Amino acid sequence: MDELPIQSGDDVVRVRQLVRVIAAKNGLSLVEQTKLVTAASELARNTLVHGGGGVARVEVVTSPNGRTGVKLHFTDEGPGIPDIDLALTDGWTSGTGLGLGLSGSRRLVDEFELDSKPGAGTTVVVVKWSR
Amino acid sequence: MEQVPIVKIGQTLFVSIQVDLQDESVLRLQEDLADELAATGARGVIIDITAVEIVDSFIGRMLTMIGSISRLFDAETVIVGMRPAVAITLTELGLSLSGVRTALNAEKGLEILNGRS
Repeated sequence: MDELPIQSGDDVVRVRQLVRVIAAKNGLSLVEQTKLVTAASELARNTLVHGGGGVARVEVVTSPNGRTGVKLHFTDEGPGIPDIDLALTDGWTSGTGLGLGLSGSRRLVDEFELDSKPGAGTTVVVVKWSR
Repeated sequence: MEQVPIVKIGQTLFVSIQVDLQDESVLRLQEDLADELAATGARGVIIDITAVEIVDSFIGRMLTMIGSISRLFDAETVIVGMRPAVAITLTELGLSLSGVRTALNAEKGLEILNGRS
């Protein structure tokens, strides 16, 4: 498992590059890679902007039926998300963005798990399987 | 932070994005383009994203904003060279890049701009 800090815009770029390399090496198609890297970019930016920085972890996983996937964890110790359902709504934004980061990245991956409590930080875990 | 160069040819500003863009670089490009449009009176902007591997919601929003800003300087923006995987991902993400023209490549983008003037 690889771990990268997310403390700056350059770190977000490094996370994207690492996810791209690992996804390509593990049999994800070009479209699948692009979707996963785009989701990683959204989630890493959230970690930086809303979570005040944190950590990204990238691991290769295997499903019970033998498919290979790439699993990403984004963890911060920021203020947390008070209303997760609201935060996952298309177009809802806490800032000046389009409100597509969280809801959009959920559409781009196969599995999406968000764990957050006010004051206790946020963890997002996503998986993209190879076809 | 990487700076994206802007090249003026005739009445058109050409931007070819060749680096993995971080957010600050995109903001910088937006400002540089506005300055360049004001200084040169260019009528069109072509942004070539052939080398761009992903367009996420931030970069997408910035491209749309560059289109709006250009219009305030009486210039039209055409985004060219989008990769098929990027187009599929952008659509699934929910971004339509409304307000900016797109074309297959720089040559077709230039045709659009020339047809306008």
